[in-house]
Amino acid sequence: MKFNSIDPKNSFADNLSARTRSGKTWQLMFLLATIVAIITLTLLMINIINSVFGYAIIDSKVDPATLAVDGISIEEQSKEQLVELLRANLSKGAFNKMENEKSFTDRSWSEVLSVVEERLLKFDVLKTWNLWDSLFKRTDVTQEYTAILEENPNAQLKFISWLTWERVVRPQSSEPLTAGIRTAILGSLWTIVITIIFAFPIGVGAAVYLEEYAGKNWVNRVIQTNINNLAGVPSIIYGILGLAIFVRTLEPLTSGSLLGFVDPTTANGRTVLSAGLTLGLLVLPLIIINSQEAIRSVPQSLRHAGYGLGATKWQITWAHVLPNALPGILTGTILAISRAIGETAPLVVVGASTAISFDPTSPFSKFTTLPIQIYQWTARPQPEWQHLAGAAILVLLVLLLSLNAAAIIARNKLSRKF
Amino acid sequence: MFENDTIIETRHLNIYYGDFKAVTDVELKIPAKRITAIIGPSGCGKSTLLRAFNRMNELIPGSHIDGEIIFEGKNLYDRDVDPVEVRYRIGMVFQRPNPFPKSIYENVAWAARIHGYKGSLDELVESTLKKAALWDEVKDILKQSALSLSGGQQQRLCVARALAIQPEVILMDEPASALDPIATLKIEELMQSLKENYTIVIVTHNMQQAARASDYTAMMMLTDGTRSGTVIEFDETNKIFTRPRDKRTEDYVTGRFG
Repeated sequence: MKFNSIDPKNSFADNLSARTRSGKTWQLMFLLATIVAIITLTLLMINIINSVFGYAIIDSKVDPATLAVDGISIEEQSKEQLVELLRANLSKGAFNKMENEKSFTDRSWSEVLSVVEERLLKFDVLKTWNLWDSLFKRTDVTQEYTAILEENPNAQLKFISWLTWERVVRPQSSEPLTAGIRTAILGSLWTIVITIIFAFPIGVGAAVYLEEYAGKNWVNRVIQTNINNLAGVPSIIYGILGLAIFVRTLEPLTSGSLLGFVDPTTANGRTVLSAGLTLGLLVLPLIIINSQEAIRSVPQSLRHAGYGLGATKWQITWAHVLPNALPGILTGTILAISRAIGETAPLVVVGASTAISFDPTSPFSKFTTLPIQIYQWTARPQPEWQHLAGAAILVLLVLLLSLNAAAIIARNKLSRKF
Repeated sequence: MFENDTIIETRHLNIYYGDFKAVTDVELKIPAKRITAIIGPSGCGKSTLLRAFNRMNELIPGSHIDGEIIFEGKNLYDRDVDPVEVRYRIGMVFQRPNPFPKSIYENVAWAARIHGYKGSLDELVESTLKKAALWDEVKDILKQSALSLSGGQQQRLCVARALAIQPEVILMDEPASALDPIATLKIEELMQSLKENYTIVIVTHNMQQAARASDYTAMMMLTDGTRSGTVIEFDETNKIFTRPRDKRTEDYVTGRFG
């Protein structure tokens, strides 16, 4: 019997300990990779938080008490009183210029208050420290403060948080102390809503066509390869495409003039609509590819069951394929939208406004978005804007995470049926 | 050959996958309101032949036929025949139970709804599940997922799903091969109760099943020297199993082959 002649002791190497060792080594490698990733993320967060809190020396040219009317400080005055204050203290030209930009009756109380602080109190940031220096180099801080106090008797040393609720709800401004990020948040939300409305139906539609209807011929293979490649095209290329198509060629449509929409703040098609459509183009290949993947994973036996009952292709797709692919489609869309929210480069090319203090009110408004705002603030030389950029980054992260969480909850609700 | 009640008749039927001829020259007259079994060794084209009866083969790219399949006097492959209509008249139950991942109720009601059923869906679901001998087991859990049922129950639900749109013929592609003997027996009992009103064509690997459950049996075999299958003998089941005319059939049903 030949079988029995095999001696297990001699025919196979005694390598169990070596196999165990190599398994353990790889496990350690994977653990290290995870640790490196976590450390990097932690450093990123620490770096951001470090710049958001800290001491600042703030000087004001005018003592706020002198602006109080009948002993009521400016924070407690009504909007109308604040407007009167501005009319009384500003030159007629300056007041009318602001009135023309946006009528004071249209501005909210907080908008008017920030104008008062900016134009009348003239707060000025003389020096700032980050959180680390504020906590561990207190002597440096106080020394510097006493030095500055000799020249600027009104100067105050304050430990401030650059991220406050006030700042989140205030509009953009040219003064670091009053500048807010509401304009950018609303711009981001408007843009992303348009991106979703544009890219989701088209992306899913294209995926359904490619997976369920398109035959296996060379034309469709070329289309498929192109879509896969488009997903890897640098985003700035999409910006150039958006500039050429949406801002220039389709200007009558994207500026709203074709629809009789005349807004003095619109500028030649560089609108929320153009930005949303450009980002839509950017995420379209991602949504198509992810949706195709999800549709492909629906078992063939379900389709056959439908055909066996005399259902048409569309009835099967609508009633069985799409519902079963939906969780996967939504996961892919969430990933794509997250990418769109963080994009900066294409929007710079499409013509995001860097300094607008008016909220976008329609798809035809001028816009700025959070990443644009952050990019713009970090590019400024004065250190106080770096702190503001840190605050805006935190807001962007929170916005991103909450949008993702909402989408994931919605997805789980939809897929929990069976 | 039999009484004049043929419902499906094939004439010089050849079935191809691309250039490959899978089934050669089949001449078959399926009798109405009877159970016809198609038996034969693996890879001889039993399922291919069955799927040709309701044009399910067309879902595989490159497949085509020549010859004719006459159903109630009309060639199913005529240009003016819509395959969707064919599958509505000739239903199908698959090898593996494949209920929709929806409720039991919805599994039965869906096809009726898309075909524009005008009556009460509740009544239809109840009467259909009773016909499929499943009602007593599921009447309290109609809103539950069909996937929560056992394999045998799922397969009977698939039969019920096919019955809901009142087909004339039900094709069964090895409906019990994924089931245990008790569930298999229930499917066979169900087939017996259905043959009063429906024509059933069943492909099976299991010769005992063919002998027990069918009235007529078609024996398929690869033709000599090719990889193409054909029907070598078609007769009443008891004749096929006791007095086959073809030597190859005798070898197969007695277990000396395959």
